[in-house]
Amino acid sequence: MATDALFEIGLEELPARFIDDAEKQLHDKTAAWLESLRISFTNLTTYSTPRRLAVLIEGLAEQQLSMEVEVKGPAEKIAKDETGNWTKAAVGFTKGQGKTTDDIYTKPFNGTTYIFVKKHIEGKNTMDLLPGFKDIITSINFGKNMRWGTQTMRYARPIRWLVGLFGSAVVPFEIANVSSSNTTFGHRFLGTQITINEPKSYEEQLHQQFVIVDAKKREAAILQGIRELEREQSVHIPIDKELLNEVRNLVEFPQAFLGSYKREFLSIPEEVLIISMKEHQRYFPVRAQSRGELLPYFVGIRNGDDTSLNTVIKGNEKVLHARLSDAAFFYDEDRKRSMSEFLTKLKRVVFQEDLGTIHEKVERVIILTRLISQHIELPTADINRAVRAAEISKFDLTTSMVNEFTELQGVMGEKYAAFYGEDAIVAQAIREHYLPKSANGALPETAVGTVVSIADKLDTITGCISVGLVPTGSHDPYGLRRQAIGILRMIHANKWDISVEKLIGLALQVYATSKVQLENQDEAATIIEDFFLHRAAYILKETGIEQDIIHAVLHQAIGNFTYSLAKAEILSSKRNDETFKLSQEAFVRVLNLAQKADSIVMDPTLLKTDSEKALYEKYYSVNQAYRQSIRDAKEDLQLLEQLTEPIHQFFDQNMVMVDEDDIRNNRLALLHQIGQLIYSYADVTKIEWKQSF
Amino acid sequence: MMNIQEMILTLQKYWSEQNCILMQAYDVEKGAGTMSPMTLLRSLGPEPWNVAYVEPSRRPADGRYGENPNRLYQHHQFQVIMKPSPDNIQELYLGSLEKLGIDPLIHDIRFVEDNWENPTLGAAGLGWEVWLDGMEITQFTYFQQIGGLEANPVAVELTYGIERLASYIQDRENVFELEWTNGVTVKDIFFQPEYEHSTYTFETSNTEMLFDLFTKYEQEAKDTMEKGLVFPAYDYVLKCSHTFNLLDAKGVISVTERTGYITRIRNLARGIAKTYVAERERLGFPMLKKEEQ
Repeated sequence: MATDALFEIGLEELPARFIDDAEKQLHDKTAAWLESLRISFTNLTTYSTPRRLAVLIEGLAEQQLSMEVEVKGPAEKIAKDETGNWTKAAVGFTKGQGKTTDDIYTKPFNGTTYIFVKKHIEGKNTMDLLPGFKDIITSINFGKNMRWGTQTMRYARPIRWLVGLFGSAVVPFEIANVSSSNTTFGHRFLGTQITINEPKSYEEQLHQQFVIVDAKKREAAILQGIRELEREQSVHIPIDKELLNEVRNLVEFPQAFLGSYKREFLSIPEEVLIISMKEHQRYFPVRAQSRGELLPYFVGIRNGDDTSLNTVIKGNEKVLHARLSDAAFFYDEDRKRSMSEFLTKLKRVVFQEDLGTIHEKVERVIILTRLISQHIELPTADINRAVRAAEISKFDLTTSMVNEFTELQGVMGEKYAAFYGEDAIVAQAIREHYLPKSANGALPETAVGTVVSIADKLDTITGCISVGLVPTGSHDPYGLRRQAIGILRMIHANKWDISVEKLIGLALQVYATSKVQLENQDEAATIIEDFFLHRAAYILKETGIEQDIIHAVLHQAIGNFTYSLAKAEILSSKRNDETFKLSQEAFVRVLNLAQKADSIVMDPTLLKTDSEKALYEKYYSVNQAYRQSIRDAKEDLQLLEQLTEPIHQFFDQNMVMVDEDDIRNNRLALLHQIGQLIYSYADVTKIEWKQSF
Repeated sequence: MMNIQEMILTLQKYWSEQNCILMQAYDVEKGAGTMSPMTLLRSLGPEPWNVAYVEPSRRPADGRYGENPNRLYQHHQFQVIMKPSPDNIQELYLGSLEKLGIDPLIHDIRFVEDNWENPTLGAAGLGWEVWLDGMEITQFTYFQQIGGLEANPVAVELTYGIERLASYIQDRENVFELEWTNGVTVKDIFFQPEYEHSTYTFETSNTEMLFDLFTKYEQEAKDTMEKGLVFPAYDYVLKCSHTFNLLDAKGVISVTERTGYITRIRNLARGIAKTYVAERERLGFPMLKKEEQ
C-alpha cells in the first residue's frame, strides 16, 4: 500500500540567492533519506517560494522494507571453551540479538573465525519514521544562518510554520518551538490560512491562495507577462537569466508591469541606466525592436495581482526617477571636474593597509607596465599608451558616479577618459584592465589593456601574498586566484613570450624600489611562484590535460605559459601514438641513468664507440637547434625525437656502468647533458605511459 | 494625507499598543537610531526590552547646504526594538504600515534580503530592507552581534526612514517640501540648520579643537568605563563618534589614520558592551526578574 506525503517549511522571506540551492538540497536529501530508510516511492517533487520550501512524495510505501542482516559476534576462540561448549560471551551475544546458540554459524573475517547470527528486521510503519524528516529540514545548508527570538537553532530565516502530512494524517514533529500541522498560509496579502486536504492538492490549493509554488511555473508566468508587454508595446525586452531567476525568487505571485522614465535620462551612459534598473530595482530594461537602443521604459514584477497596478507603477517610477536624477547629477558634476582632481584624491584612498594607497599602487603599476611591455616588445606607441593607461587606470574610483555605483569602475573610467580627450585605446584600456572579471570571463581585446591588466593584478597578488594574505580554502577576499588565472589566460591568449617567474621577479623588483617595503622577498617569491603553479595546473586540468602530464610539464616552473600548455597538449595527444613509445622509453632510460652522474663535464675525446659518438653528435646538433628554436612545442618535441634512435643504439651497443672510471663517468656525463635537454622540455618520467600502451 | 507629525504620533501610538516603552530621542549627537543606548546597550544581555522612539540622526558627510532634494545633514528615524523578537514581528510591522494608511492590497510590499553591519560598533545583523512599490522604507534587522558580543536572546530592530516614508505618503520629490504639521514644512524648520551645519562641517569647524576633543572624549570614556559607569562612558563614545564624523566629512583624516580612528571607537564600544552586561549581571538583571513576577 502506498500513500502520498507532503512536507512544507514556512519561513520569513528567504534571501532569493539561497532558494534554488535549498530546494535542490531538499530534493536530494529527501531521496537519500527515504532510500536509507528502505521506504519506496514513485515520485518526488519539490517546490520553493520566498516563504516556503516544500516536498511532495508520491506513492510512498506505508511500510519500510524488511531485511535480513548478518550480525558478527565474538571470535570463535572466545565464543567456545576448550571443551567446545558455547561460552557466556556467545550466549550473551545471541541473547542480545534475540536469538539462541542454535542460530550460530561461523565464518572467517579478516583471517580470524568469528561467530555470526542472521537476524530478520521487520520493516516499521512509515508513519512512525516520518517524524525523522525534521532532521532533513534542519540539515539544509544556507550561505548564511541566523538566530531569532530565544531560539538557539540557526537557519537562513526564522521558521514560522511546518506542514507534515502522510495521506490525511499529520506527521508530528517540532522545530524551534513550531509544531507541524496540516495548515499553511497563502500569499501574504491576497491569501489566508488554509488546511491542506491531501498532499496532492497542495499546489492547486496554494494557487487558489495566490501562491505559485513551482518556481519554474512562476518563471514562465513572468516571461509570459513580459512577452505580452513586448507585443502590446512593440518593444524588445532582453531577458537577463540571472535577473529572471532572482525575480522569480522574490515573489510568490508575479505580475509584470511597464513603467517609464523621462526621456532626458537617456543622455546618461547606458551602463548607468541599466545598473540602476537591474541591480538596484530588479527591473528589466526595455529596448527598441529595430536598432536595439534603450527606450525610457522598464518592466517590474510585482508580488501580487493587478489590483491598483497604476499605484504600484507610479511608486516604482518615482523611485527610479530619484535614482536617475542622482545619476544625472553625478554625471554632470564629474564632468565639471578634471582628471588631475580625481587622481589627487587617490592619495586618500587606501588599497590595503600594508600596501599603501591606491595612488601608491598606481605608481607601482606604471613602472611594472613599462617593464612588461618592454619585455614583450610592444611597439613604442603602445608602450606609451599602456603607461598612460596605467597612470589613469584608477582615476574614476574617486568620481561621484563610481562612488555611488561601484560596479561601474572602469566603465565610467573609459567614458570620462574619452570625455577628457584621452586616446581611445587608452580609454578602453581603463575599462579592460579589470578584465577578466571571473575565471572564465572575457579578456581585454587590446594589447594595451592586457598589459595594464597583467601589471595591476600582478601587483595585487605579489603584494597581498607578501604581506601574508594568502588565500585559504574558500577564503580569497581579494580574488587572488581569479586574478592569477586571469594573468595566465592573458599570456596564453596573446602568446607573449615571457615566463611567469620573470613576471613575479619584475613585480617584486618594483616593490623593492617603492615606498612599501616587503620583508622576506625570497620566501615570498617562492610562495607566489607556487601559487601560480597551482593556478597553471588548474587551467591545464580544465583544458582536459591528465594529472601526470601536468606534473611532467610543470615539474620545475611554469616558464612561458603558452609554451607549457602547448607541450602538455602535444604530450597528451601522443598518448595513443605507438611510435612515440620508443622515444618515451629512450628518454626515461636517459633520465634514470643521468641521475647517477657525478660529473657533468663530458670529454668528447673519451668517446670510443661509433654509437656513442653518433649519439653525441646528434645531441650536439639537436641541442644547438633546440636553443635557437622559437618555442614551438611540436617542433621542439620533433627535435628531441631525433635522439630516439641514437639513444637506443647507444644502449644496445654500450655498457654504461663499466669498470673503467673515466669511461663510465664520461658516458654518465653525456647522458646527464642529454637528460638536461629532455628535462627542460618535460619530466617524462612522471608520465604514466603504461595506462595507454 | 498624513503629515510627518501625524505619522510619528501614529507610529508611537501603534507601538505603544504593542507594549513598547515610548522613549524620547537621546540627547547626545549620533549617526543612527541604533547608536542610542536605548538600542545599542539595551539589546545586550538576557533582559526583555521593547522600546520605540524617534531619533534625529546626524550624518555630517551627507550635508548638502539644503540644496539636495534627498540628502540631509540630519534626518529622522523611527526606531523600534523588541527583545526577544516576537514570532509575529513581520505582521506587527505590516500592521504599522496599515495604520499609516498604506494598504498592502493596493501596493507592492516586499522583504528583500539586506544584511546590516556596523564595524565601528562591532555590530551585525540579518534581515531585509522593506520595499514599498520599489522604495526602501524600513530596515528590518535581527541583531546577531553587538559590541562584539553574541546577541542572545535576539532583538529585532525596525528603522523607519521618516522622511523617505513621508515623501511617499505625501507624494513629494523634494524632502524640504514635506509637511511637518499644518502649514509648516521641513524647509521651514530645517533649512537654516541644514545650511549652517553644512557650512560649519565643511568650512568653518575648528579642526584642531575637534582633534583635541576626540582625544579628550576618548580618554574620558576609558576612565569612566574603568569605574564601571557604563552610561556616562557610552555618552563619550558617542561624542567621539560624532567628532570623528565631523573630521572625516571635512576630509582632514588621512586614509591610514581613518582605520585607526574607527578601531579606537570600536574598541571603546566593545569595552562598554562587556561592562554593560557585567553591570546588569551584578544588579541581577532586574528587568528579567520583573518579567518573572
